[in-house]
Amino acid sequence: MIAVYLILLIPLVGMVALAWRGGDVSAERINIRCNGLALAASVWLAADVLWNGPRLSAGQLLYIDSYNVYLIVLTAFVGLTTSIFSGPYMSHEREIGRLTPRRLKLYHTMYQGFMLAMYLVLTTNNMGVMWVAMEGATLATVLLVSLYRTPESVEAAWKYFILCGVGIAQALFGTVLLYFAAEQHLGVGGDALLWTVLHEHSAQLEPAILGLAFVFLLVGYGTKIGLVPLHNWLPDAHSEGPTPMSAILSGLLLNDALYAVVRCKILVDGSLGNHLAGHLMMGFGLLSFLVASLFLHRQTDIKRLFSYSSIEHMGLMTYAFGVGSPWATFAALFHMTTHSLTKSAIFVTVGHAAQLAGTQRMDRIRGLILTQPTIGWGLLVGTVAIAGFPPFGVFASEFLVLVATMHDYPWLTPLLLLGVGLAFAGLFRHIQPMVYGDVPEGQKPIAANLWPVMLHLALVLWLGLSIPAFLGNWFSQATQLISGALPQ
Amino acid sequence: MSITDLDLYSQAILLLAGLIALTSFLMLGQSRLVRLVFIFAVQGALLAGATAMAAGVLDYPHLYISAGLSLLLKGIIIPLLLHRLIHRMGLHREMDTIDHPARLMMGGTALVVFSYYVSLPIVQHSTLVTLNAIAVSLAVVLLGMLLMISRRQAVAHVVGFMSIENGLFFAAVVSTYGMPMVVELGVAFDVLVAAVVFGVFFFQIRASIDSLNVDRLSKLSEAEQ
Repeated sequence: MIAVYLILLIPLVGMVALAWRGGDVSAERINIRCNGLALAASVWLAADVLWNGPRLSAGQLLYIDSYNVYLIVLTAFVGLTTSIFSGPYMSHEREIGRLTPRRLKLYHTMYQGFMLAMYLVLTTNNMGVMWVAMEGATLATVLLVSLYRTPESVEAAWKYFILCGVGIAQALFGTVLLYFAAEQHLGVGGDALLWTVLHEHSAQLEPAILGLAFVFLLVGYGTKIGLVPLHNWLPDAHSEGPTPMSAILSGLLLNDALYAVVRCKILVDGSLGNHLAGHLMMGFGLLSFLVASLFLHRQTDIKRLFSYSSIEHMGLMTYAFGVGSPWATFAALFHMTTHSLTKSAIFVTVGHAAQLAGTQRMDRIRGLILTQPTIGWGLLVGTVAIAGFPPFGVFASEFLVLVATMHDYPWLTPLLLLGVGLAFAGLFRHIQPMVYGDVPEGQKPIAANLWPVMLHLALVLWLGLSIPAFLGNWFSQATQLISGALPQ
Repeated sequence: MSITDLDLYSQAILLLAGLIALTSFLMLGQSRLVRLVFIFAVQGALLAGATAMAAGVLDYPHLYISAGLSLLLKGIIIPLLLHRLIHRMGLHREMDTIDHPARLMMGGTALVVFSYYVSLPIVQHSTLVTLNAIAVSLAVVLLGMLLMISRRQAVAHVVGFMSIENGLFFAAVVSTYGMPMVVELGVAFDVLVAAVVFGVFFFQIRASIDSLNVDRLSKLSEAEQ
């Protein structure tokens, strides 16, 4: 269990170090090293859980099982690759005068602060601490959205803060109700908010209160997932903030908010014994999926385009968790991984493309493949992967969702297919001219580090061809935890 | 069961719940920012009073810490911070216009009724006091949102936001005798950081649109421009 303490300690130390040295040239290296160490610790933790099963820390404050362990490794991995990309990207922003050393210091400090909040959401066993960490993630990123201080970015940050702040307050109300229900059965004391304790006693908890609590929890954490109609902050925050932040918001924050909702769903299902939570999630998820794929067509800003694609995919995952059969749950867990890897790779490429063209407006980004083939191909392959083409992992997970839907809710299959088709068209009508179009005059290649993108896409390709045994094992165990049965 | 059959503690909690709901309505109708912040401070103090009383009567000493935190943060530090900001920004004479005050109040009343309706499933499993407390705290949360929707001043939005937190704290104190200490400290820390971040934002917003009227933050939209 030392590893899990290390995972929480490293970003904390990193925060302090970067608050002190964050504006220096060496800050990027400190940031990368902290993330590298955290990844090493998370691999150590994963090996520990792989051999010894679920672990509960002393004092029951932290709990690691097969459901959160792979998310911890994923978080650390995306955190590391994004910080490697962030180095040259932020230096470029500083050279063109968009950033001062002071703002760079804020950026680096809050990068580690955000990572700390993410690790805490994933590792904690206490539903209250989970809420605190989720709110902490908002607080850490909100000043990063307005890092460039343009009127648009200040507006985006304000919207993000107010919407997510109010939204997540609903989740706290849900947590209070959860505690209220648990306390009647378990008595007053600190144990009644521990997930492991609640899970053990979920059948005895009062269904009426838990049903009410879940509505608040879903609306609260759902704001963070970006579920329609609570999604308004998401495209703005993604498009106006620095690109590395868009990558970690899309790849990590959305996933972790969904993780929190599913943890709550397990408790509520245990208490209610019916499908209320699942139906709510299916409704919200499907609505987000369809609305976002329509909105893809109307975008003019490249980062807004891909943030709508994130809403679309988060909607699909929420829907799949809502369906709740073992295969659907397995697919949703798998999709969380593939989407996170692909989307963060895309945002990294998009960041380079925007720097190359000097704008985020899609009608002015042209001829990427001719100017700098690595960026052009990176964007094209990334988009192919996220649109769900074989042989990439997103295809495999989306296909599983479709199969599971056909089995349980066949009448919903056309809607899913429609959404996938719309999203494909929405992405490619914008991407095609950007990648292949004529090169604008004076467009020159820039210094770009694309190996994080290659690595992510290679992993997604690998996952599309075969799931490694240990990962499949974790997915199966998590599926059993969430849906109550093994996929077969 | 009629209200006079309750013990004194329950009656006092009901009274405080009523007063807290009243302060929410007062905030809803108050167009001067300085007074708005003052009423918010009163609400914070009432919340701290309720917590301290629960701590004393029910003998949960850890609630004293929570009461102290509420009084310090919601009753003193955040209102003072907002007050100073209002003066520094020169907003203390400004009136925020409220469109349709009568409809707004009616809407607020409807929200209270709605909160009671939503809380009804709980009544079978607890006392009259808990039902009232949960309904009132939900009402305070919703009224805080209504306040944010109906105003244009960023300061009023912050007050609404913080008053939502007040409602949540009240629910936690009265229905569950406070959350575990670690959660309570975490939430207090988040609220404090949020207050500081809001302060930073006031300056950023003013630097970008030259006022704190958030209606003018309207550059980002899906419509073509």
